[in-house]
Amino acid sequence: MLVAAGVAGLVVAMSLMIVRAMIGPSHYDRILAANSFGTKTVLLIALMGFLFGRPDFLDIALVYALINFVTTIALMKFFRYRTLARPLGAMAREAGKDG
Amino acid sequence: MAEALHWIGGALILAGALLSILGAVGVLRFPDVYTRIHAASLTDTGGATLMLLGMGLISPLGFVMLKLLLVWGFIMLTSPAAANALANAAFGAGVRPRIGTFQIMGEDKPGGSGPERSGEGTAS
Amino acid sequence: MSGPTIDANFALNIALLLMLVAIAFAVVRTRSLLAAILMMSVYSLASAAWLMVADAADVAFTEAVVGAGASTVILLGAILLARGEAERVNWKLMIAPGALAVVVGAVLIYAAGGLPNYGDPASPANSHVGRAYLEQTYGDIGAPNVVTAVLASYRGFDTLGETVVIFAACIGVALMLGFGPRATLAPPTEIPNDQHVVLRVVAKLLIPLIALFALYVQFHGDLGAGGGFQAGVIMAVAIILHALVFGLRATMAAVPVRLARTVAALGVVVYAGVGVVCIINGGGFLDYDYLFSPRIEAMIPANLLGDPSHEHHWGQHFGILFIEIGVLLTVSATIVTMFYGFAGRTLETIEAERRG
Repeated sequence: MLVAAGVAGLVVAMSLMIVRAMIGPSHYDRILAANSFGTKTVLLIALMGFLFGRPDFLDIALVYALINFVTTIALMKFFRYRTLARPLGAMAREAGKDG
Repeated sequence: MAEALHWIGGALILAGALLSILGAVGVLRFPDVYTRIHAASLTDTGGATLMLLGMGLISPLGFVMLKLLLVWGFIMLTSPAAANALANAAFGAGVRPRIGTFQIMGEDKPGGSGPERSGEGTAS
Repeated sequence: MSGPTIDANFALNIALLLMLVAIAFAVVRTRSLLAAILMMSVYSLASAAWLMVADAADVAFTEAVVGAGASTVILLGAILLARGEAERVNWKLMIAPGALAVVVGAVLIYAAGGLPNYGDPASPANSHVGRAYLEQTYGDIGAPNVVTAVLASYRGFDTLGETVVIFAACIGVALMLGFGPRATLAPPTEIPNDQHVVLRVVAKLLIPLIALFALYVQFHGDLGAGGGFQAGVIMAVAIILHALVFGLRATMAAVPVRLARTVAALGVVVYAGVGVVCIINGGGFLDYDYLFSPRIEAMIPANLLGDPSHEHHWGQHFGILFIEIGVLLTVSATIVTMFYGFAGRTLETIEAERRG
């Protein structure tokens, strides 16, 4: 029962994150909301595995954690530097201002 | 014993969920990017720790425990790194904090003295 | 499953579907294409979570790795070629398509009433072929995950076709965009303020872990969710992460374009080669029961997979293993090639091409 309540809490938190991703004035707010949403999805899937008695869902939770990180880095890099090709830490000067 | 562990685990999961909601409210209500990053990353790792600990108490020992530990390790590794990268990128792009009267890195102020610049990088 | 669990399941379904609708509206409403891509990745995560609720673990796996991971990164690469904002469309032009969409949607909702109930054992999908697969798979093939067995063995031809399609996509993207940056990238200028040290260290730790995890997904595929396709995307994501953090130039030194191209073709060759070996040993194309000649099959120890009492179909086991490796090679190399093609087109390259 408490596990189900935990799932409900996560769903509420995810909905709030979606609101931030929609309104979030700057792109960085959106990326932040997407990243946090992803972390909560990882937890949600792990919890659902326990709720439905399928602990092998944890494999998928693990994949989500990975993918979420890579997506966040890609979005951050693109919003900031407008390229995916250059190494990080080498393009601060030529990057345009971007809100 | 197992019954007690079950309840403790459930309580931890619930606490983690509540922490996640708190973080989400913080992300929604805080005034600028940096405070929002602060709220999100702290409650992400904290909530994940509580929830995975709770699941670990509920689950039987063995392979499941190992995977929970792995998920926890991944979140603890990636979530702070992503938050740091995000804040770094936002600051580099010229987004400035809206609250607090302290001065950051001698920027935004024509009369900023020289030595302040030496603290660059640590202040962010 | 007791009563409250079913109710929780229903509530979770509704909540996640509402979330999907909200995100879809946000994608349509926003005019910034970057925000749209970001919301699409959130949409993929949410829909994968919903697929987990519907107990479709393999589909959820694919949706997560492809929808949220690979396609987001490739779309980001592609958006360089477009303007960052959608054009504002006159609302009068949207009346007719809007009306059409409403009509089609109403028809679909009406038709949904005629669908069988969720999980209905008497529905057509569950009664003929589907039931036959579920009943016979373990005896025929011995793989616990029916999805893998159906994809790799019963429908081996289809999967071969899909692998060839992926390879064709690789060739298509490569022909249009080139196999990498057409112009040389200028040597990076170091700026001390913006080093992303944390990111570099974490990425260095993570990349081998991701690759290892891809191998786990690959070889765990006939037991749990996963398989060559998902593992291939995860492997490509590891390489993409390297390129994102350390730069395309460093990645191309580690995984040269020529290697990616060769591996993409090699995967198809491995897959089709398994089929040809089956023909040589007297069976049909991709008929894994004939993969090994009887002499080789006799040499495999009975307790190789731990359980000597259960009769194993070694040809099926190894056939699935080999073709999954073929799929892994083609998929990972294709996604890496696509990433090279899109990400290699930096703004300077595009400018240079426009000028002359």
